[in-house]
Amino acid sequence: MRKAIAAIVGPGNIGTDLLAKLRRSEYVDVRYMVGVDPTSEGLARAARLGLETSAEGVDWLLAQAEKPELVFEATSAKAHLANAPRYAEAGIQAVDLTPAAVGPLTCPAVTLPEQLDVPNLNMITCGGQATIPIVNAVSQVTPVPYAEIVASISSRSAGPGTRANIDEFTETTGHAIEVVGGAARGKAIIIINPVDPPMIMRDTVFCAIAPDADRDAITASIERMVKTVQEYVPGYALKAAPQYDEPRPGWNGQARVAVFLEVAGNGDYLPPYAGNLDIMTAAAARVGELLAQKKVAA
Amino acid sequence: MTWDNVEREVRIVDTSLRDGSHAMAHQFTEENVRDTVRALDSAGVSLIEVTHGDGLGGSTFNYGFSLVDERKLIAAAVDEAKHAKIAVLLLPGLGTVADLKAAADLGAGAVRIATHCTEADISIQHFTEARKLGLETVGFLMLSHMSTPDALAKQGRIMVDAGCQCVYIVDSAGALILEDASERVEALAAEFGDQAQVGYHGHQNMSFGVANSVLAYRAGARQIDGSLVALGAGAGNSPTEVLATVFERLGVKTGVDKDILMDAAENVVKPYITRLPVMDRSSIVQGFAGVYSSFLLHAERAAERYGVPAHEILYRVGAKRYVGGQEDMIIDIALEIVAERDAA
Repeated sequence: MRKAIAAIVGPGNIGTDLLAKLRRSEYVDVRYMVGVDPTSEGLARAARLGLETSAEGVDWLLAQAEKPELVFEATSAKAHLANAPRYAEAGIQAVDLTPAAVGPLTCPAVTLPEQLDVPNLNMITCGGQATIPIVNAVSQVTPVPYAEIVASISSRSAGPGTRANIDEFTETTGHAIEVVGGAARGKAIIIINPVDPPMIMRDTVFCAIAPDADRDAITASIERMVKTVQEYVPGYALKAAPQYDEPRPGWNGQARVAVFLEVAGNGDYLPPYAGNLDIMTAAAARVGELLAQKKVAA
Repeated sequence: MTWDNVEREVRIVDTSLRDGSHAMAHQFTEENVRDTVRALDSAGVSLIEVTHGDGLGGSTFNYGFSLVDERKLIAAAVDEAKHAKIAVLLLPGLGTVADLKAAADLGAGAVRIATHCTEADISIQHFTEARKLGLETVGFLMLSHMSTPDALAKQGRIMVDAGCQCVYIVDSAGALILEDASERVEALAAEFGDQAQVGYHGHQNMSFGVANSVLAYRAGARQIDGSLVALGAGAGNSPTEVLATVFERLGVKTGVDKDILMDAAENVVKPYITRLPVMDRSSIVQGFAGVYSSFLLHAERAAERYGVPAHEILYRVGAKRYVGGQEDMIIDIALEIVAERDAA
């Protein structure tokens, strides 16, 4: 069977880890990796693996005789904003790992396969990929007037982009908790912890629920969702059973379910503690896999 | 002489209405805020912090919901303050520039931007915007006991370069003992020269708040935090009324009236405090184990909910080196202790 031709734009840590994951795909053939720095280690590494590489960026990529059908953008929001119209013009479907949010937000466990024909899909944020499936699992059972997530990541896995614009994380994730998760109102918090050895990514999800909501059904829905995410993020796990708390003053009469998650990375290229980065590349690889599967079947 | 033309050698900053929010489980009323600001303002306190204990946007499941929207409380404080500036706290990762703009629109004149003491670079965005808004800027290096004087000076430099006018050594766990505090202040003062001031924020968990503040002043700190009746997280902050009295006794000009502050502590704040800050088992453990002081009430709540001792939870928080904001991990630890107990 043929594979869909793909390119990774951005040969940094994320792009390199994504490449490791996509090389295992039955449907995706990552033929190109491009960047803008001729001394990039990521480009050299990709070349050694047999990819066609260039430091001439998207200009070079779009000048190739055989264009990619699928491009994974692992650069910056600014770069993707510039590149996105060019991919669209060339008829290339884009999976956007930057915070640019040119296209609709996507989370493989929640929004696919409905989005398979969308030209540009945005991968939200690491904390969003980890927590939004849980918010969605709860809101499948009962209305969620408010959901809040706390993502704790190791200092060593917090890159310069995240640090320079941490508001982008809280605002984008908070918005996605509503749009993708299904909560009426969403709030996101990110904590960076420098402990050594580095802590594995932790995520906590709090959802307000009616006091008489069906707790067994909520727990079952959460457990099903965790299994779905585990299909593409093997290190995704519940640390404890969902915790239910009765309404307290200040909770507007609502009860609360709290879900404690750990996200260990697969250790493909990035270290296992960097579950926050791994869940982005794993989710993007999953999206790419499904998009490619449809392309080769067509 | 300083911006408000009051002669002072050290500026006492009051955080009763922000750090005290932790001790009050974020249940301040508008009346509490108005009465406290009026008293502090008449005593000559020039900077009064008013925000949810965890800063702008802190009203959440994780940190506790505010009884009254902090924006209402900030507006009330601005309304009452005749001379004092109202400051707000912002923790990047929780509060945002949008929250800061809203606070500035309400009349807040200063922002204190707090990061864990090794992660100052996440505040650059917020300092840049704060200066554009014309706000006085202060940086907080939280849990300063977890880092060395030299490393703290480098982190402080990041804040100063981003537009911060005063960087604080923040002893969030009440873990610093005497020269632990002064050496850290000294390193920052040497790094900044006359480019920025240094501040000190103490907690009483091991009873060193005031003593450390005096040493911090002697090491070059020019802004010192206090709370009336010590109202703050853990065993509370250095009491503002004691700081004012001690500095007066030492002949160090603060520009504040100690007698008005003592009166405010007795007659304004003490009557509304629901739980007096005290050096009890849990808060002493926080100082010893280096635990963020605001974890106290959350640990007590988890202790009650899961039937495990609060001090045992807090010892583990210290061992795992959790940082400010990771209140969710308190429940996680309680569940871990329950699971271990069930397995035994």
